[in-house]
Amino acid sequence: MRDLLARLDGLRERLREVPQADEHRLQDLRAEILGRKNGALTDIIRSLPQLDAESRKAVGGPANTLKRDWEAALDARAAELGRAASVLQDIDPTMPGRPAWRGGLHLVTQVMDEICDIFHELGFTRAVGPEIETERNNFYALNFPKDHPALDSQDSFYVSGDLLLRTHTSPVQIRTLEAYRPPIRVVIPGRVYRRDPFDASHASVFEQIEGLAVDEGISFVDLKATLSHFARKFFAADTAVRFHPSFFPFTEPSADMSVRCTVCGGRGCATCKQSGWMEILGSGMVHPAVLENCGVDSERYTGFAFGMGPQRIAMLRYGIPDIRLFYSGDVRFLSQFAGGVR
Amino acid sequence: MNLSRRWLEALVGRSLDAGEVAALLTARCCPVEGVERLHADLDGVLVGRVLEVRRHPNADRLSLCLVDAGGAGGGGPLEVVCGAPNVTAGKTYPFAPVGTVLPDGTKLERRKIRGVESNGMLCSARELGLGQDADGILEIDTSAAPGTRLLEALPIADERIALEVYANRPDLLGHKGVARELAAALGATVKLPAFPGTDRPSALPPIRRSDRAGVVDGVEVRLEDPEGAPRYLIAVVRGVRVGPSPAWLADRLTAVGQRPINNIVDATNYILFELNQPMHAFDLARLRGPAIVVRRAKAGERMVTLDGVTRTLTPEMTAICDAERPTIVAGVMGSAESEVTATTTDLVLECAYFQPTRIRRTRRALALTSESSYRYERGVDIQALPDALRRALDLIQSVAGGSVREGPIDLWPSPEQPRAVFLRPDRVTRLLGVEFKRHDLERLLSSVGFVVAPKDERLGVQVPGWRPDVAREVDLIEEVARLSSYDAFPDELRPYRPGTVPDAVSEQVLTRLRAALAQAGLLECRSTPLGPADAPDAVPLRNPLSTEESHLRSRLIPQLVARVEYNWSVRERDVRLFEVGTVFHAADGGRPDEHLSVAGILTGARRPLHWTEAAKVPDMDIWDLKQHFELAASVAAPGARVVPGDSADVWRATAPDGRVVGRAGRLEADAPKWAGAVLGFEVEIDVRSERRLTFTPLPEQPAMVQDLSLVLPGGVTAEQVEAVLRREARPLLERVQVLDEYRGPNVPAGTRGVTWRCVFRDAARTLRDREVDDVIRRSLAALEGELGVRRRTG
Repeated sequence: MRDLLARLDGLRERLREVPQADEHRLQDLRAEILGRKNGALTDIIRSLPQLDAESRKAVGGPANTLKRDWEAALDARAAELGRAASVLQDIDPTMPGRPAWRGGLHLVTQVMDEICDIFHELGFTRAVGPEIETERNNFYALNFPKDHPALDSQDSFYVSGDLLLRTHTSPVQIRTLEAYRPPIRVVIPGRVYRRDPFDASHASVFEQIEGLAVDEGISFVDLKATLSHFARKFFAADTAVRFHPSFFPFTEPSADMSVRCTVCGGRGCATCKQSGWMEILGSGMVHPAVLENCGVDSERYTGFAFGMGPQRIAMLRYGIPDIRLFYSGDVRFLSQFAGGVR
Repeated sequence: MNLSRRWLEALVGRSLDAGEVAALLTARCCPVEGVERLHADLDGVLVGRVLEVRRHPNADRLSLCLVDAGGAGGGGPLEVVCGAPNVTAGKTYPFAPVGTVLPDGTKLERRKIRGVESNGMLCSARELGLGQDADGILEIDTSAAPGTRLLEALPIADERIALEVYANRPDLLGHKGVARELAAALGATVKLPAFPGTDRPSALPPIRRSDRAGVVDGVEVRLEDPEGAPRYLIAVVRGVRVGPSPAWLADRLTAVGQRPINNIVDATNYILFELNQPMHAFDLARLRGPAIVVRRAKAGERMVTLDGVTRTLTPEMTAICDAERPTIVAGVMGSAESEVTATTTDLVLECAYFQPTRIRRTRRALALTSESSYRYERGVDIQALPDALRRALDLIQSVAGGSVREGPIDLWPSPEQPRAVFLRPDRVTRLLGVEFKRHDLERLLSSVGFVVAPKDERLGVQVPGWRPDVAREVDLIEEVARLSSYDAFPDELRPYRPGTVPDAVSEQVLTRLRAALAQAGLLECRSTPLGPADAPDAVPLRNPLSTEESHLRSRLIPQLVARVEYNWSVRERDVRLFEVGTVFHAADGGRPDEHLSVAGILTGARRPLHWTEAAKVPDMDIWDLKQHFELAASVAAPGARVVPGDSADVWRATAPDGRVVGRAGRLEADAPKWAGAVLGFEVEIDVRSERRLTFTPLPEQPAMVQDLSLVLPGGVTAEQVEAVLRREARPLLERVQVLDEYRGPNVPAGTRGVTWRCVFRDAARTLRDREVDDVIRRSLAALEGELGVRRRTG
């Protein structure tokens, strides 16, 4: 038995010869060690049944392991030699494959789709409305008082008469409430206009996603639950979410939602202006006056609404420094988010 | 609104941490945008006591001081050269040791001044940013030991807290209102601190109520426009001494970012930032009459405001006038002429409530916003005017002396009672989703000044005058929610009913269109819909920001061309973009037409270069354009046909009703030499189109394939040939495809050779050669008879 184990050790030593072997030597080695007729290792394995049980156990295990190791080593070397041969004779598989143009959706579209899809899981369908709106739908039906400072943040482009480019997607709340009966659950993606000059963080034209849920028994808890769920889906399951008071004429109570800064994790950085929080959206319980303006019974029905800016959210999430990049049409920017050869 | 932490502390009577204040305000009221530590640049300055003053050996106007700085700079007293005339042994001054960086940025070095080494500097108020005084060093009255940090020894360490006050919370535009919220959160109470020298009970004669007119100390006051000025108070103060404010007052204003001006102006500003009540003081000597008339301005009436600009008033504005002419644009700004100056001795002090929308319209018409107009526009506390006036008079007498000989007059023709709103506890519970008990509601609301009394099942809530925003039940519910903290509400999803609103079809069409074009290798682009007029029926904006952005786009293509040009400018030659979006056209009868459109643009290589193709990859050509145009048209305008266009458009898409809904062709662009041709298309999106998918059973019988090489005379199109083939070979012809076109010497001049591959199949059985030959023969006969097309031979 000791003799057999010593032979096994010797054969294991010889594994070192494999990596240097050329094609011929490889064939010889295979025959010499593993050959069906006189292979050194084959002979040992073949002799196992003649041994007593204890020796059989002591030799059999290592012998079979060694056999597998030899096979693996010989195969690996053969494959290596084969590849080298094909490079010389035929192809170099490391050369690049044939490329194709890859198109893709704009990052803002992708973010909007992602947001709408999360709300779709919660039963929100997509609604839309025109970009040219009446003052009534854009302001007064939404409970903006005439000549009120709340209008200051809504500086608008006028088209003619009382027609203006909508300053938010909220007028579609009015259109939806007037056209459908509760229960209503919609998200409203769309383009909005503010009379602000372009700079790194402001655009006179940008996108918004509005949301509206109206039914019997909808409460502030539903608002918090729905929007927190969204934040945890969109950012991360353990995202910290914070609500604090805000003001919109068309919601009461109103609440802004922030999430823990995804850049610094809350320690404070330039992205979150040292606050540790990123403001994501504005929201609130639908003001009863809005329901009443649309002919909905405000005693029976309650609801919540929210609005967010996908450009802003994309800038925060991807660290995009300048909003103008979204409008540049620069293929170097666009193709980063299309994921392919440009 | 800038808040001073120290000012708030004086009102709530306890010390505050600025970070904690910021967190509380954000959580309960309005967000804090930032906290700035004031005088942070004085961190290195110490209290220094001058032990001994000697003459500088080499300079008459310099002295050599021995300063005890508590061991700073290494051990014992330091020798310091000082140029101030007022330096006195035994007194205490701010001392900046060597190495200190002063507020103006200079770093103190140890250096010789006229041959004597100076180990630091004794500082003036100006050098420390603590005032304008540079005549001498700042003497400080402190019991703090030498070497103490100056910021700990003087009451100047402060934080400026920037609060973003929402338009519905004017009460937070004053320190008192903010203190009220903090006190409610911290269990403290708000008390207005007494002014120095006025701790005894005020000797102010009582304020007299009147209707529309009265006389105060010889000044006639008439309220002719109670709509614009529902409540109007006037006091007269005689014998004031106008001069600089005391340090405490100047500090308060500096802390919130206001420049001190003189004790009278500063006193009115102090009241504004404390109570959110604008006050206007003007010089009695400049008042003709002397009278004050509150009236609508006359059309074309002019006055020069404090900023030196001549303003033309309109009857939409309220003016405060003397016997002859306007002296104040009510609630917005006073005149330069009636301003308080150094020589003023007798004052008229106005304390008023102006109609908010009137103020808003006035300041917009004049493009003139002031701290006063900002507050009047949001609504000041009409109930609190007498208190504010009394406090202002106290302050003026404290800082500028003077006396009030006759009780001020309070003109309030239609007094308003505080508003009462009813609150149903069960409605609170229903709207907020968490049960609230009556006593919870009472406790929360009364903590910020609402007066609550039970009334049947409801609570009768009296709204304080400083909360003009609280007008109905839901406003009180918001108070309950914010005062109990939004974070306290659970956020677990509860069951909901599905809504009745279907998904918008246009969104589905856009999604399909975007996916199809992205898959075809185009990158989606989003450009802005504002630009110069791009068509005769482009919709102009009435108030554009610039002429470059004066119209709404009527087409998407021009912006895409601009995007291609931009890419060329960054040396990108291969550009394939598409955009979907709204376009606008002027329409008869006012409302412009708006609809969705899709456009694409192609330029540069047809595909990325690969090493297997030694030669250059060909550029996109009109056949690439046709491919993308047909793709876009098939999704955007199902049923539309792509047909040849005229010279401007190579192709058009026509709807079944014949209307042109799309165009494609070569485009003009400002191209560099190395650029490829630019090709573009645009299709109007039919948002009504529902996608209908149908299933065709897969063939079970084999097909027969025949290639047909034909000679087409000039003027005959492939489309015509295919139409004849399809008609004649029906129903066996399954598919025809152009394989090749030949123009050259092997066909007669004026003709071309085109080869089609035809696929024949019978759905029910295997075709025989003879059947296909018959069909082809029949087709050829028809082609020759109708179009003069023959089979190509040889």
